[in-house]
Amino acid sequence: MIRVDVRRKAFGATEILSNIDFTMEAGETLAILGPSGIGKSTLLRLITGTDTAFAGAIDRPKNMAMVFQEPVLMPWRSALQNIMLVHPEISSETARAVLQRVGIAEKAGLFPRQLSLGQQRRLALARAFAGRPELLVMDEPFVSLDAATAEEMLTLTEELIAETRPATILVTHSQAEADRLASRVLRLAGKPATIAGEGGQAGQ
Amino acid sequence: MLQKPATARILSLVALLVCWIVAAALTADPSVLPAPWALIDPFRQAVASGELPYHLGMTIWRVIWAFLLAMFVGVSLGFVMGRFPAVDRWLDPWLVVFLNLPALVLIVLCYLWIGLNETAAITAVVLNKIPNVTTVVREGARALDPDLSAMARVFRMKPWARARHIVLPQLAPFIAAAARSGIAVIWKIVLVVEFLGRSNGVGFQIHLYFQQFDVTMVLVYSLSFIMVMLGVEWLLLQPVERRVWQWRTA
Repeated sequence: MIRVDVRRKAFGATEILSNIDFTMEAGETLAILGPSGIGKSTLLRLITGTDTAFAGAIDRPKNMAMVFQEPVLMPWRSALQNIMLVHPEISSETARAVLQRVGIAEKAGLFPRQLSLGQQRRLALARAFAGRPELLVMDEPFVSLDAATAEEMLTLTEELIAETRPATILVTHSQAEADRLASRVLRLAGKPATIAGEGGQAGQ
Repeated sequence: MLQKPATARILSLVALLVCWIVAAALTADPSVLPAPWALIDPFRQAVASGELPYHLGMTIWRVIWAFLLAMFVGVSLGFVMGRFPAVDRWLDPWLVVFLNLPALVLIVLCYLWIGLNETAAITAVVLNKIPNVTTVVREGARALDPDLSAMARVFRMKPWARARHIVLPQLAPFIAAAARSGIAVIWKIVLVVEFLGRSNGVGFQIHLYFQQFDVTMVLVYSLSFIMVMLGVEWLLLQPVERRVWQWRTA
């Protein structure tokens, strides 16, 4: 089980987050909705543990993965190495199988810059799922994509979540994305941001 | 064809040689500026007698030591100062002091305090070079990509893997720049150090021939060393850089 209890998060005197408290079951997909600038990315940094300066407590599994807004790949390592260096425990056959799964098997030896942006995103997805994470965090992964690519990536993500079944936190400002992927939606609003509403199936 | 790097490089060296020949012809006094071919025989004799290889070897040995030490200390210091602003605040004034201390002063002080020995010679060169390396690498350490660091942390990459695959590739251009300018500066300082207080090395030989007003031998020794350094640049530094940069140009 994942439990997030952020009582207060401030940068200097400016309070960003206040009383954000929720739990998640294994395998559950939760969407966090809210307008840009509300503090969604800040909340994600707390959840993933990259920022530890806050009041409260967070219980999270050790085996985490994240998909960022940008692919965030190591441009100086090949596609295959981008997966294997991050997951030293998996074999090269497994890594190749994951590349195969996202449809870029033949690109294993290429550097990220030799891939199209769509292929780089697929690689980032492959990296996230390769370690079979218990918690997957996605920070607006489909923002800045054209409609067709976004739809492709959304479908692929849906399938991968169904196959791997991590607990997933999807941060987005798109209601449609939340509807597609999540079984539960938290809405952030206010200043400082707090949970303003919670729905079962999104949109209810 | 003139766009080819190798061709341009050779032509530019030939142009330099032509300037030299013209200057020598205008001077018309071999004791002031001998023509390039007048150096060939003295060079042969110096090689045959073993003098030139011995002194060249001593200088190269000092350059290698000073280079390795300066790079090691400079890169570590630059990284720490770039990553930890608190350390930077405290060490930055020292850096400014050492950056502005003339090489000659450091050399003389090292000889006075440590003695006329090898330790003092290498220390003087290393102390002269560390501040430059530190300044350059600090810039790189400040500019590390926070997204990649966050990625490494979320995926729990091991410290060694992070250093090798996340940090080092980002610092590489800065380390390469520091190494490139480092080797050029270091061998010049090594020559001064040898000139002032060693009994072997290219700098010592130049000192000797300077006292005898022997321009030819001064040129023979300096040109031999420049050739060695060009060899290092073309056969070692540039091929290594090309390999490291493969991912950018692929």
